[in-house]
Amino acid sequence: MSRVELKLPQLRPLGATQRTDAWWIQPVLTLLGLGAFIVYSTWAALQGTHYWVPGTNYLSPMYSPVLFDSWQIAPASSGHAWFGAWPDWIPKNLWVLSMTPAFLILWAPGGFRFTCYYYRGAYYKAFWADPVSCAVGEPKFRGTHYRGEHKFPLLLQNIHRYFLYLALVFLVFLTYDAIISYRFLGDDGQKHFGVGIGSLVLTINPILLGGYTLGCHSLRHLIGGKKDCITDCSGARQGAYRGVSCLNRRHMLFAWLSLFWVGFTDVYVRLVSMGTWTDIRIL
Amino acid sequence: MPQATFRIWTGAGDDAVFKDFATDVSEGMVVLDAIHQIQAESAPTLACRWNCKAGKCGSCSAEVNGKPRLMCMTRLDTLDLSVPVTVEPMKSFPHVRDLVTDVSWNFRVKKSIKPFKPRKPDAPDGTWRMQQADVDRVQEFRKCIECFLCQDVCHVLRDHHKHPEFAGPRHFVYTAALEMHPLDTEDRLSHMKNEGGIGYCNITKCCTKVCPEHITITDNAIIPLKERVVDEYYDPLTRLFKVFTGK
Ligand code: SF4
Ligand code: SF4
Ligand code: FES
Ligand code: FES
Repeated sequence: MSRVELKLPQLRPLGATQRTDAWWIQPVLTLLGLGAFIVYSTWAALQGTHYWVPGTNYLSPMYSPVLFDSWQIAPASSGHAWFGAWPDWIPKNLWVLSMTPAFLILWAPGGFRFTCYYYRGAYYKAFWADPVSCAVGEPKFRGTHYRGEHKFPLLLQNIHRYFLYLALVFLVFLTYDAIISYRFLGDDGQKHFGVGIGSLVLTINPILLGGYTLGCHSLRHLIGGKKDCITDCSGARQGAYRGVSCLNRRHMLFAWLSLFWVGFTDVYVRLVSMGTWTDIRIL
Repeated sequence: MPQATFRIWTGAGDDAVFKDFATDVSEGMVVLDAIHQIQAESAPTLACRWNCKAGKCGSCSAEVNGKPRLMCMTRLDTLDLSVPVTVEPMKSFPHVRDLVTDVSWNFRVKKSIKPFKPRKPDAPDGTWRMQQADVDRVQEFRKCIECFLCQDVCHVLRDHHKHPEFAGPRHFVYTAALEMHPLDTEDRLSHMKNEGGIGYCNITKCCTKVCPEHITITDNAIIPLKERVVDEYYDPLTRLFKVFTGK
């Protein structure tokens, strides 16, 4: 489209605004909230220990599914590993970082959140000041060179729906983890039904993650949004579209609740596993 | 009667400056009332655009205390009157004078979007049949009053001046209304991806926040359009699927 050049007001520098309200609170809270989660989850992923609780089926969501048990716990086993002990062909250290089972899987939920429409909007503001807040000036260097998601590299954010497919699979794994968390090792060496605080913590996790994942914009599109006539679809699909749209309206809420709860569940499993916290058995 | 000070952007070109005007305020007044009162009392040449004073014509868009608002819908009792209230013209369009900007760029962009093209009538009398549930979705977009506050606040226009390559949220709403319409047969996705530059939108939702008609611009218009563009241009699987099914 050839449009005539417009004579526009000068670009304004970072933070320039006539707004009188505390516009900086929201980006600061996002920065602190996401920053804290990134720091904690990186630290937890680097540990490679205390990701399950012996005698229970509690497993940290940051390590689930466990493909191989961490080399740091050898020769012990968590009982959760799909393919047994850490194999020789995966290095134990990557430069100064120790490799753990979390690294083998965390990229999937991490990529899902990183490319989520809600988080994108939130971290573009809080981390890149693009824009730092509505109607507030941006760093001048970006100016008319802005590329947004129109060009590489952020064009790659369009991969989001593939991460969604993975996230749906992870949701099944985490639901399974929640169900088996109601079985505990008894004195007779057998597993019995029981309910611990940890079972509840592990149950809330997939519920909140479900609220988040099933409210995804890409899912909303795939399930019905792409159709101009949703009424051509089956009743079940129309119902699913309404359900996803309903969760989608609360996508930000579930994004934060589920993020917090994943972190908390890891803290819970870790501290109980270390013996710092005692898991209270209700049943 | 209590008084309040309004710090108004006055003049044109490089000579434009903020000027303070004090005026009486009373219960129920909106910013546009105050501007009119100032015109009557002390600044007869002060230019501002308005028409309906009911939040429906979309003419009185401005920035009150830095926030894009309709002046006629911004009640003074929602503002802190102990300090001057700033009133400025919109920032994403060429300034004409005082509070007036030239928004004609928007009309040129709108013309570049392919108009409604319905399928063949469903009945011999030339009428169509639609399900309510299918038109419900586009109904929201039809509330737009073309105030262009969303265009004003969008950083792609405001801070990056991408006017030649970016249609802006108002026109994404307009395109979504046509593109998702149950009767429409036209394809505007290539236009959205290329000339419309929908990829420049980084879904930071400022447009949604300022819309006086409370249209959920980002979530209901822009993201669904982005997803359709992904289907058409970026997703290898849907492209493959289309090759095999011929859809
Ligand atoms: S969500 Fe997109 S269109 Fe709306 S203001 Fe932000 S960048 Fe602009
Ligand atoms: S979408 Fe909302 S903010 Fe944008 S022009 Fe229409 S009414 Fe105004
Ligand atoms: S949009 Fe947030 S998870 Fe897909
Ligand atoms: S004067 Fe019509 S919207 Fe304000």
